[in-house]
Amino acid sequence: MKIRNALNVKTPKPPSQKNEGSSLGIRNVKWLSFPYILWMVGFIIIPLIVILYYGLTTDDKSFTLDNIGAILHPINLKALRIALEQSLISTLICLLLAYPLAMILSKSKMKSNSFIVMIIILPMWMNFLLRTIAWQNLLERTGIINIVLKFFGLPILNIINTPKAIILGMVYNFLPFMVLPIYNVLIKIDKDIINAARDLGANSVQTFLKIILPLSLPGVVSGITMVFVPSLTTFVISNILGGSKIVLIGNVIEQQFRIGNWHIGSGLSLVLMIFILISMAVLSKYDKESEGSGLW
Amino acid sequence: MVKRFFERFYVGLILLFLYAPIIILIILSFNGSKSRAKWGGFTLKWYKALFQNQSIMNALYATLIIAILSAFIATIIGTAAAIAINSMKKTPRTIMVAITNIPMLNADIVTGISLMLLFVALKYTLGFSSVLISHITFNIPYVILSVMPKLKQLNPHTYEAALDLGASPVYAFFKVILPDIFPGVLTGFFLAFTLSLDDFVITHFTKGPEIHTLSTKIYTEVRKGIKPEIYALSTLMFVTVLLLLIIINRKNAEKKEPDKKV
Repeated sequence: MKIRNALNVKTPKPPSQKNEGSSLGIRNVKWLSFPYILWMVGFIIIPLIVILYYGLTTDDKSFTLDNIGAILHPINLKALRIALEQSLISTLICLLLAYPLAMILSKSKMKSNSFIVMIIILPMWMNFLLRTIAWQNLLERTGIINIVLKFFGLPILNIINTPKAIILGMVYNFLPFMVLPIYNVLIKIDKDIINAARDLGANSVQTFLKIILPLSLPGVVSGITMVFVPSLTTFVISNILGGSKIVLIGNVIEQQFRIGNWHIGSGLSLVLMIFILISMAVLSKYDKESEGSGLW
Repeated sequence: MVKRFFERFYVGLILLFLYAPIIILIILSFNGSKSRAKWGGFTLKWYKALFQNQSIMNALYATLIIAILSAFIATIIGTAAAIAINSMKKTPRTIMVAITNIPMLNADIVTGISLMLLFVALKYTLGFSSVLISHITFNIPYVILSVMPKLKQLNPHTYEAALDLGASPVYAFFKVILPDIFPGVLTGFFLAFTLSLDDFVITHFTKGPEIHTLSTKIYTEVRKGIKPEIYALSTLMFVTVLLLLIIINRKNAEKKEPDKKV
């Protein structure tokens, strides 16, 4: 983290305002947060307590750990294992695709950053279910990709209804969430630091490894969380692109709720939350300063 | 030069990857055949049929009303909260930011299920209002995170100056603070609107049997085959947004132009 210190030396912080209570010049505005606090307690905290309650009780309201233990059932354990594998692979692919893209975009001479952000976000305006369904068309045995491959005499691709199609769907849907945080961090890196490194004799690989990569780490970490968590918990992508053969932990939970097994569904959700909490803890380690503003 | 070409090629490839499904959907909206698998000639009939399809139009209205209302309410609550959080001391501020992060980092499926369980526990009927409440809940954090950076850039002295010059706090807020943070507020609103529009998972769990948004309607049709009217509708929505963005971009470019000459 030496570079961080170097950065701080270079750009001294503005004199800190000691009386933080009036940093905006506004005193007594705390009441403005009351609606928010009420809302968040009512609709974030209490619901999480409710899910905890359901997860730890049976129908006759007695305490049990069986609902959480349900994860050890071979089918559920397999679903969790596949979900973990698939989401880790797709997170890695997203990172490998997104980092070079973010670097190229951050170097481009485009005047407005918002334009680049828009291009990446724009696909979200087509419903995500429809976009995922469109991949069925692209991937089918007689689909467009195979027609193109055949035209060039290449072997055809047969991945629909396989784990590979699900990974592709995850990468497709969550790639923007990897690109944007990394891009946002990269454009904020002070060009002088990079120039200084070059002046001091570092080649471009060294500059990347010693300067750019460490400085962009917070963006990478928030990107990883923002791809990993939705990939791990999805049930829609596996439903649409995996046929009904491949069951992820998200599918299991959704199914439990569909057939009315709320206690087991909640128990399994609690297991899922452990993984989410781990990734949140990792994120907060790297994201202390930005207060999340690096996300967008 | 080779590097330049390679970079452009790479960006083009990724954009193709991101936009290929959208191109497919637009093509399908002009497909004369009802099946996705074969091309039945160019037609506009799905665009006509769309406006006569009451169930799709109802889903569209529900989706738009929920998106607008939830984005609007979330913007008000979120902006107020951001101002308050910004003026807090370090410890309460850290706690607030942590709570704000929960719905953003938590899985949609867990948020959806937990809200559904809450509504059921309270014997609150699932329907339009439960979906609206859920959407506001996951939208507020995005508004806060859009407004916060703008608040940090704010010069505290302009507000004090306004007060010294006799403005009431409310008047000073609307005349001095709001214009400065407005871009952030607007970003938050559009972000919230987009997320609400695109949400499926949370709506799926909190909607009850009575209403449908576009997402949940599409989901029920995944197995039996999507109605081509839906392709037509999403093409219209996509093109509308695209045009709006182009217009906004043009206007911004015009605004910036004179600055440069100076």
